[in-house]
Amino acid sequence: MPSPVLKIDRISKQYRLGVSGTGTLSHDLTRWWHLMRGLEDPYLKIGEQNDRTKTGGSSYVWSLRDINLDVYKGEVLGIIGKNGAGKSTLLKILSRVTLPSTGSVKIKGRIASLLEVGTGFHPELTGRENIFLNGAILGMRKAEIQRKLEEIVEFSGVSRYLDTPVKRYSTGMLVRLGFAVAAHLEPEILIVDEVLAVGDAEFQAKCLGKMKDVSKEGRTILFVSHNMSAMMSLCSRVAMLDKGMLVDSGDPTEIIRRYLQVGLNAIKTFTHGPVRSIEVGNDGNSLFLRLHYQHTIPLILPNFGFTINDAYGNVLFGSNPRLSGITKMTEAKCEGEVYVNIREPRLRSGRYSVSIWFGDGSADFFEDKDCVAFEHTEPDRTANSGGIGSVICNCDFKFS
Amino acid sequence: MPLASNNDTDYDLVILPSGGKDNFQIRELLHYRDLLFLFVRRDFVSQYKQTILGPVWFFIQPLLISFTFTIVFGKLAGISTEGQPRILFYLGGITLWNYFSDTFLKCADTFTANANLFGKVFFPRLLVPMSIAISNLVKMGVQFFLFILCWCWFFLSGGSHVQPGLVLLLFPLLVLFTGLLGMGAGIIITSLTSKYRDLKFLIQFGVQLLMYASPVVYPLSLVPEQHRWVFMLNPMTSILEAFKVGFLGVGVLSWFGLLYSLLFTFCLLAIGLFIFRKTERSFIDTV
Repeated sequence: MPSPVLKIDRISKQYRLGVSGTGTLSHDLTRWWHLMRGLEDPYLKIGEQNDRTKTGGSSYVWSLRDINLDVYKGEVLGIIGKNGAGKSTLLKILSRVTLPSTGSVKIKGRIASLLEVGTGFHPELTGRENIFLNGAILGMRKAEIQRKLEEIVEFSGVSRYLDTPVKRYSTGMLVRLGFAVAAHLEPEILIVDEVLAVGDAEFQAKCLGKMKDVSKEGRTILFVSHNMSAMMSLCSRVAMLDKGMLVDSGDPTEIIRRYLQVGLNAIKTFTHGPVRSIEVGNDGNSLFLRLHYQHTIPLILPNFGFTINDAYGNVLFGSNPRLSGITKMTEAKCEGEVYVNIREPRLRSGRYSVSIWFGDGSADFFEDKDCVAFEHTEPDRTANSGGIGSVICNCDFKFS
Repeated sequence: MPLASNNDTDYDLVILPSGGKDNFQIRELLHYRDLLFLFVRRDFVSQYKQTILGPVWFFIQPLLISFTFTIVFGKLAGISTEGQPRILFYLGGITLWNYFSDTFLKCADTFTANANLFGKVFFPRLLVPMSIAISNLVKMGVQFFLFILCWCWFFLSGGSHVQPGLVLLLFPLLVLFTGLLGMGAGIIITSLTSKYRDLKFLIQFGVQLLMYASPVVYPLSLVPEQHRWVFMLNPMTSILEAFKVGFLGVGVLSWFGLLYSLLFTFCLLAIGLFIFRKTERSFIDTV
């Protein structure tokens, strides 16, 4: 059995909640005094499980707790978990952006990470100048970038704007350029956070294709995504994190199925933020969503947006009041309920999830992806059995 | 199942908790040397993008300050410039002083200004203060060119008492130590302020006050001899005076003072590097 190229050994990461200020000084002094005498850090003994919905007594939480994971050469390891499960913290530790509180990581070969697309882009510099800057930040040598410049430009598809400052670029173009640079890194281990969420479908497919190529070349990829179909098609193994702990790792299909089951609750409540609860239900005829909000300032438009996603995280459809042509309510309110009755399209029986956004119409101050998973049963059996895909196709055929 | 290859030596990189041993790697800095120059280029190019005058602004700023000093300190306050043309005297002092203060202030902001970048990708953090020192060096070079133009004019027109001396050869060394001093002090401040930002309030005007404690707008000879040692505690004093002795032929050259500045710079830099390395490992969680 070959030795792993990446050996994660009992990694834990503790964070202190709240603000840094005068209160933290006393803890720092205590910690320093303990370490000076050669004792263990007293605050590493306390701390709570990282459950962001519950208010705990301790101001220390474990963002990661005793993670053990070996990754072998050529593996594509997907990491899944809900928001706050510790996925990004783990990637940050592997990318050396932050250090673990305890444990160690051993890495064989060059490692490159892509936690954000276009890191270090300077708005005033041109696309070409930024390719060099970004490439160098990611660890490439100048000569290496020069050699691959044509390929990078080709892949990004923004050759026409190459000598324009990137501040004039659209978000999509920035992402394209950023990913194009990163895709031409040649590390032995590539770490990718959820960065493909932006960009159009064509470009996303291109990126996934590129990642497949990279893995075929025998390089190792670790990647985080909420896109389950991408996970399914790319990964040779999937690890699931929950509240900072590694639940399991193994066959993608099996782990993803379990992950989607964990989230199966038709109502979810929140203790922080403007959204208090979100409920998914069926009134007998159609699907409905009920959102209860409470905000510090009155909202003239509680802009509640949603998408219904299939079991693989693909967005099927979605809307919000603004998209439906509503710009305001009759009076501004701090607290209230938004009820959405989804008449069309109708879903076929199966497992789905809802992602929600909440804002005032100009900005979103809350989002929770795949927050509620639900099992939907379509009562009309003939409608359910015919057709292809997740939604029921209502069409007429005429023959002549 | 103990694997034979579980030794640390088989791995290229071992990440340990912040309490673990520090591995300062020159190799890493060397690998990223291209990035250093790209940072310098970025700083330089982005400063005058979308300006009509472009790099000319580098000239205008010290000229305007020199004019102001000429009026305020020269004409109004009547502070001596040891018989030298006022504009030349001030311009020289400002060129060197600005290099120190610009480098210092910008380096002192390394962690907070780059928190976003540092939170996303790893590269040797030291590259940032190094690039700041280098791009300010370029800026100083441009301003020094202006000084030289001025100097030539006064020197060749003959009417004044500009007397360059051999000490002029020390100039590159003086510049180097000014830069290292600014960077050393800067990285200490940025490390100290990454978690508790109290010190930040002090440094902005602290640097301004320090300028008046350095012989920029007045000659050191104006200070009574028995009090000079107080001014010499400021490492910039001897550097500035040596600069003036070299180019203008006036000033108090103290070899002992220069040696002190040199040692001070090395100590400051050593302390700076030590606490910078310590801070960079944990700052992202506390910034």
